[in-house]
Order: sequence, then C-alpha cells, then structure tokens
Amino acid sequence: MSAHVPLTRKDFASDQEVRWCPGCGDYAILAAVQRVLPEVVEKRENTVFVSGIGCSSRFPYYMNTYGFHTIHGRAPAIATGLKLANPELDVWVITGDGDGLSIGGNHFLHVLRRNVDLQILLFNNQIYGLTKGQYSPTSVVGKVTPSTPFGSVDAPVIPAQVALGAAARFVARGFDVSKELPEVLRRAHQHRGASFVEILQNCPVFNDGAFVQITDRKEGPAHQLWLEHGKPMRFGVNNEKGIRLNPKTLAAEVVTIGEDGVTEDDILVHDETNRTMAWLLSSLPGVVALGVLYCDPAPSYDSAVVAQNELAKNKLGEPSIDALLNSGETWTVQ
Amino acid sequence: MDTPSTEIEKREELESVVIRFAGDSGDGMQITGTQFSTATALMGNDLSTFPDFPAEIRAPAGTTYGVSGFQIHFASHDIKTPGDEPDVLVAMNPAALKVNLPALKKGGLLIVNSGAFSSANLEKAGYDKDPLTDGSLEGYRLLVIDITKLTLDAVKPFKLGAKDAGRCKNMWTLGLMYWLYGRDRQPSIDFLRAKFAKRPELAEANIAALNAGHIYGDTADLPTDITPARVPRAELAPGKYRTIDGNQALAWGFAAAAQLSKIPFFYGSYPITPASTLLHHLAKLKHFGVTTFQAEDEIAAIASAIGASFGGALGITGTSGPGVALKGEAIGLAIMTELPLVIVDVQRGGPSTGLPTKTEQSDLFQAVWGRNGDAPLPVIAPATPGECFDFAILATRIAIKYMTPVILLTDGFIANSAEPWRIPDASKLEPIEVKYHTDPEGFSPFKRDPETLARVWAKPGTPGLEHRIGGIEKDSNSGHISYDPANHHKMTLTRAQKVQNVRQILPPATLEQGESQGDVLVIGWGSTYGAISQAVEQLRKRGRRVSHLHLRHIWPLPAGLKELCGRFDQVVVPELNNGQLARLLRAELLVDAQSFPKIAGQPFKIREIVEEIENRLAQKEVSR
Repeated sequence: MSAHVPLTRKDFASDQEVRWCPGCGDYAILAAVQRVLPEVVEKRENTVFVSGIGCSSRFPYYMNTYGFHTIHGRAPAIATGLKLANPELDVWVITGDGDGLSIGGNHFLHVLRRNVDLQILLFNNQIYGLTKGQYSPTSVVGKVTPSTPFGSVDAPVIPAQVALGAAARFVARGFDVSKELPEVLRRAHQHRGASFVEILQNCPVFNDGAFVQITDRKEGPAHQLWLEHGKPMRFGVNNEKGIRLNPKTLAAEVVTIGEDGVTEDDILVHDETNRTMAWLLSSLPGVVALGVLYCDPAPSYDSAVVAQNELAKNKLGEPSIDALLNSGETWTVQ
Repeated sequence: MDTPSTEIEKREELESVVIRFAGDSGDGMQITGTQFSTATALMGNDLSTFPDFPAEIRAPAGTTYGVSGFQIHFASHDIKTPGDEPDVLVAMNPAALKVNLPALKKGGLLIVNSGAFSSANLEKAGYDKDPLTDGSLEGYRLLVIDITKLTLDAVKPFKLGAKDAGRCKNMWTLGLMYWLYGRDRQPSIDFLRAKFAKRPELAEANIAALNAGHIYGDTADLPTDITPARVPRAELAPGKYRTIDGNQALAWGFAAAAQLSKIPFFYGSYPITPASTLLHHLAKLKHFGVTTFQAEDEIAAIASAIGASFGGALGITGTSGPGVALKGEAIGLAIMTELPLVIVDVQRGGPSTGLPTKTEQSDLFQAVWGRNGDAPLPVIAPATPGECFDFAILATRIAIKYMTPVILLTDGFIANSAEPWRIPDASKLEPIEVKYHTDPEGFSPFKRDPETLARVWAKPGTPGLEHRIGGIEKDSNSGHISYDPANHHKMTLTRAQKVQNVRQILPPATLEQGESQGDVLVIGWGSTYGAISQAVEQLRKRGRRVSHLHLRHIWPLPAGLKELCGRFDQVVVPELNNGQLARLLRAELLVDAQSFPKIAGQPFKIREIVEEIENRLAQKEVSR
C-alpha cells in the first residue's frame, strides 16, 4: 500500500459483515467516519480504533484500520497507554453512554483532564442496547425499561457538561443522520488533545425516537442550533430565533427576533473558546446546540510526556546498566 | 573520631548480632535502621534486614499501634534471614518496649530512652506501673539512658526549634550503636549532609547528636555486662557488592530489560503499599526508555499497560493483592489478545485491605487461577531481594517470547528488606530478542510460532497488517470473531499449551540443599527462602535426612517435580498463607504435600520450621 495513492472510503471498510440492528443509528455514524478518514488520514496503518463494550464498541471490527475491542469502560485508559507507547498513532476511542459514563466514568474523567491526544466519540442512545434495554446514565427520568418497570428515578447526566467539568478542551455534538456530522468529526480530528464528540444516536429497538425532536425531517431543523464560531447563534425554520443571555439569571434563553423588542444585536455571538458559554450551550430549553461547543487547545498530555522523557535523557545522559548498578555505596570483597 | 581499629581488635568477637530499633512511627527508626545497614555493609558483614512499620504514617505519638521497627541481622558468616530473636532491642518509648519486648532474647541487651517514659506515655502504652522500676525487666541487660535530654544538650548550639531538636535523638542512638559494634560514622555523616543540603544547621545538629551518642559509649560508665563488641567481616564470594531491596532490584531489572530488548517500556501503576516504591524508582529511570504513568486507578494502570503493549512497547503494571483483584478482567483481556505484559504483585496480608504493611504469600491462588474463564499465565517468584533483578528480566523475556501476560510474585518482606548483593556484570546479561511482524503475506494476528505457540506481534503503524483484536474469542486462522464451539475448545487448549511451553526455557526441578531422596522434602517459594534454607541446614547438621527445594516457577511447575517428591517419605510446604502451594501441588502432582502455614503478617522464624520438621519426623517414628 503506497502512501501516494489517495485513500478512499472503501479503504476503510473491513471485510466484516456489519451486524447492528436494521435501522440502527450506528450505520450512519460508521458511514460518516469512513467518509471523513480518507480526507484526514495520510497513513491508514497509523489509524487505530479502540473501543470498550456495547453496541457502539463493535465499531472497530468494521474499520479496515488497526483496532482493539477491549473491556467494558476501559477504552480511554487503553488508548492512553497506546498513545504514550507510540505518539505517532492517530487514535480514536469509540464508546457509548453506558460504557463511557457509567462503568468507564472514571477513565472518561481522567482522559479528558489529562488532555490525551485522542478523538473520543460517545454514541449516546440513552439506553443499554447490548444487554437488552435497561436504562442508562443518560436516560430520562421515568424511563420504563426491564430494570425500571415503574420508570427510572435516576437523574441523568448531560455528557457535554461532564466533559466540560472534566476540563475537556474540545467538546462537540452531532447526531447520527445529520449531514453535518462529517464536518464535526473533521474538527475533532484537527484538534490536538482530547476531542470529545457526543453523537446522539437512535436505538430503533430499545429507545426509538429518543431524539425525534431534532431528527424529525420536518420538525427537527427548528430545534437544531448549529454553532459557528464568531456568528450569532440563530436558528428556526426562518432563522427567526436566537440565544440571548439573561443577565439577571446568567442563563441562556431562547428569544424570537422582532418579538418583545428583541433585535439581532441581542443575540449572543458564539465564541468557541469561551468555557462559560459552552456550559450555557450544553443544555438549552427546547433546542439542542450542535457542532463545536468548545475548542480551546492546550498542550496534550502525550506531548508533555514525550518532552519530559527527552528532558530526562538530556539531563541524565546515555543509559548504562553498569553505571546504575554501581551507583551509590558499594564495596569490594577480595 | 571513630574508635581506633586497634581498640576494636581487642573487643569481644561475636559471630552474629540481631538488633531491633523500635520507636514511634515519627521517630525516624527506618532511617536509623537503613543507616546502620549501610555502615554494616561497608564493614564487610553479611546482613539481612526487616523493616516492620504501621500503615498509619504518623499514628498518634506514644501509642502501641504507632510503633515502627527495623530489625537487622549481621554476621561474619553467610546469613539469609533478619534473625529469629533480637539480641539487642532499642526502645525509644514505652509503646516500643511494650510491643517489642516479647521478641527480645532472654538475657538480651535492652537499651531504653527513659526521657520518653513520662506517665502520659506509660499510660498510652498500657502500663500500670513503670517497667523501668517495677523489676519486670530483670533477666535482660538493661541500659537506661535519657536519650531525649542528652540529644537536646548535644544540639543546643544549633538553636533548633524544640521539634527539630527532639528529632535528632535517632541519630544519637545510632551513634551509640556505632560505638557498640565498631561501625564507621562517616557514611552517615555524608548522608546527613546530602539529605539536609538545604538546611545545613539540621545536618550539623544531627551529626552532633550522632557524635554525642558515640562519645557517650566511649566515656560513660556503663554497667559491666555491657561491653562493646566486634563482628568480623564475612567470607562473601569475591566481587563488588551493594545493598539492595526487592522493589529497587525489580525497577533496575526492568530498566536493564528495556536496554536488553531495545524496545520502549511502559510502567502503568496506581500507588499501593508495598508496591509504590517500584513506581518511584522507575520514574527516575526514564532515560532507560521507561515511560511511567500514574494511572487514575488499578484498572487504568493495567489497561494503559495493555494499550502500550498493543502499540509495541512492553507494558508493565505493579500492585499488591487488592490491585490484582481489580485488574483481573484486564489480565484476561491480555491473555485473550495474547499480548506481552508483566504484572508485579508485591503481596501483603489479605483478604480485602488486610494487613497493608505486613507480608504474606496469600495471592498464589489469585495469581494462578484468579480470573474468569480458563485463563492460564506464567507465574514466577524470586526468593530474595537480589533475585528480583534477574526475575524482572526473566518476566520480560517470557512475556515477549511467548506473547503472554506474566505474573511476578514478590511480597512486602522481599520488597522492603535489604541484603548485600553482588553486582552482576551487565555485559554478561543476555539480550532479549524482539521480532515485530512486518510481512503482510499470509498475515493473520493468530499466526503462531510452531515451537512456542506464541502469536505474531504486529504493532499499529505497520503497513499492510491492519487488523482487529479484542476480548471476544477469535478464529484460530482468520483472527475474526468466532463463536464456533470447536474453535473455542481449540483456542483454549492452545493458550494453555503455550503457557506450558514456557518450560522450554526454565530449568527442571532442582534441590537447593540435601540428597535427592530422604525423609522430608521441604518445598518453599518466595521470601521464605532464607528461613527454610537455614532450618534445613540446621536439621541436616543434626543428621536429619531433610532436603530443600525452592520453587521459583509456580506456573508452569518445573519438570521432574513429581518424581522428586516421590523419593521422599514426607513433603512439607511451609508458606505464609493457609496452604495454597500445598493444595496446588496436591492438585497438580497427586503428591501428599503437607502444609505448614503461618498467617501472622510476619516471616517465618528458622526455629519454627526446625520444630515443625522435628515434630513430623518424631510422629512418623512413633507411628512406625
């Protein structure tokens, strides 16, 4: 395989039959990733997909790259070791709401705060699919499932808020069937450091229509706020709505331009380097912020580790086993 | 100045001495002990040490549970244990006396710091009456000194605060002990100047205390039954020596292995007693090509190491028993994906949190069998601190050659004990061969070496070898997911056979001591080596037909072990657990291995093993 021949979508599809349920949102995500990779990847052999356990975690088997289908929740930790062993690799972590936020919650926190240079794609379908339909840490209160026949009483987490709380430097959101998803993935790949992308994904078997408010072909677009850095945050069928900061409550609110004296000047302009704004956007009333919520790069963990290893080599010189064993107090017996 | 050597020559000559230093955990007993060890090593004695400290970093002062101890055994001959009973006990306060007096040999020398025997301290230690005056210490050679006051007098010129001044009393005590056994003070003076380089007044005050203790010995009117002694040099094999403890030897072994294999090493770990110092040592050795990573938990520690191994580095993780329990699922992943990995288990008392700072050998079952599924892996166990160096290299060699995780079992005793170690010649260490697979022709991730059954190591970044591995069973040919019944059966047997094949590079069962047939074969493993070895030596001197075999390779067991066991009337297995190795031997070899368990958080005493074997021999005699 020569690096000069441009890679295509087909180069990234493995010979394995894809075995998600018919209509699963994962198909669309797989297609989006396979579409983006030829554009952003120079050497296929340097691309690695690491996953945990769950429906989403079958993903690596369908990619014709290096792949590691690991154990439940631990993909971020395995990817961290992989990246430190070979920082040249382009490592993607595939996880889900159960794998990433429940059993793997601890690793999710630490991989983000360390800022390891990885793309972390969290497929959020608000349900446990592979174990047949129990509620997940993102399921809505009242969710009736086999393990919650009277409805779930657990309060859900908002993945983007967990990521921001864990000091992530890149937080984005998309949904399975959106045509903008490839662009979100492109931005995530471009970012050096941990890039967190929540992908809202429909589970047609156990949680069908969880995101219908935004994915519905007709009604959906009215509830999607696609973010663009430096642009006023407007949305709606006729682009008539926008986000305004209420200075009294420090909350973001949805307003309609032309109503109640609201003008275009009242609409917040998206600044993706602003953490506070990202927090406000992570949970909006009646509308879902999509695209890049937050992007403010900082040196990645792996680059800092490499730098420190180099520093140690420069300071301590060529390693010598003999010198090491003979260091400190020694004595000779004749 | 130090006592002139002509003076020391005239002293009473002792073959061996066991000293135990005991005080509050904040009294600096560990430093006192290690300093005495260094001075003793430099005098040319053989030695063995046993630090015994509480889990609390600074337990409330004066309490019995806050007592920290350090025992050193040094001699003019070859020794292998820190000694059964101290000849000398240094007790810095009532609690230290209370906890340690039962261990002191009858008639032993007891040095007590009367300055700490306040009524409050006596009460905290649980004494109704002052043992220094109630006659309960008769039968010991008692030396009562107000070390606290003498130390404060000695450091007065340095105008330290009360706390800093008081903390010099361990150096005063060390000075006295140096005088008593004719040790050179200079290495400790150098140590203090280096340790307190940024606070020279502390260095000088400590040195003044050290000197004052020494002068006290020289000039004070000591009771006539307390005389300075000398312990001549030991006849050690010629060579250059140093002292080393187990965790340091492991760290250095891994650094050496990184150089011998010429591949990157990755150590992922989460702090846990008594394994943490392994991380501390390796973190200083980055220039050997070792990346260290303090993970967020035990699982992330092993997971990161597995990720590193997938990436072509050698992943290592180190922990103690509770950590191995958490790592179990990930160890299974490394077994299933057949990646090289080394898991160091520095065992401690269990189960659960157990006895974190005490030693035990109770993770044997966990190491050999503690995973879901049929999940075998090689388990090896060095017998001494010095052997840890070789075993780090051996573990690396096995992991890479057989593409398997390896568990290296040590324990708190090996990890913390220091012994003189003859420094090996690095140029004689055998290189570790690493072959990454690069040929796309006919590639499958489960392509195996027909001799070892190791699969190929195809690391990401290699063009044309893009493939997927994972915890789900894979087809033996294609490497794709497979639920085929016959394939799972075949893969399970293949993984087991691969581990058995490690025997290819391990020696057969070999006796340490004694004839290859007799009345009793004593089988030990790990840190019980010294006590068993010396017990068998004593028994043999009495004419008993006893032999010693020490297992350094627990899984697979060495070839020829069953046959060897069969040539003895009895097989006895002393171990610091409730009979785990004995059960394993019974299960694997169908031999009547009898357990001699000790589960006290403490190493065996030589005497205990001698008595056990004598009793068994006598019973056999009666039943005949």
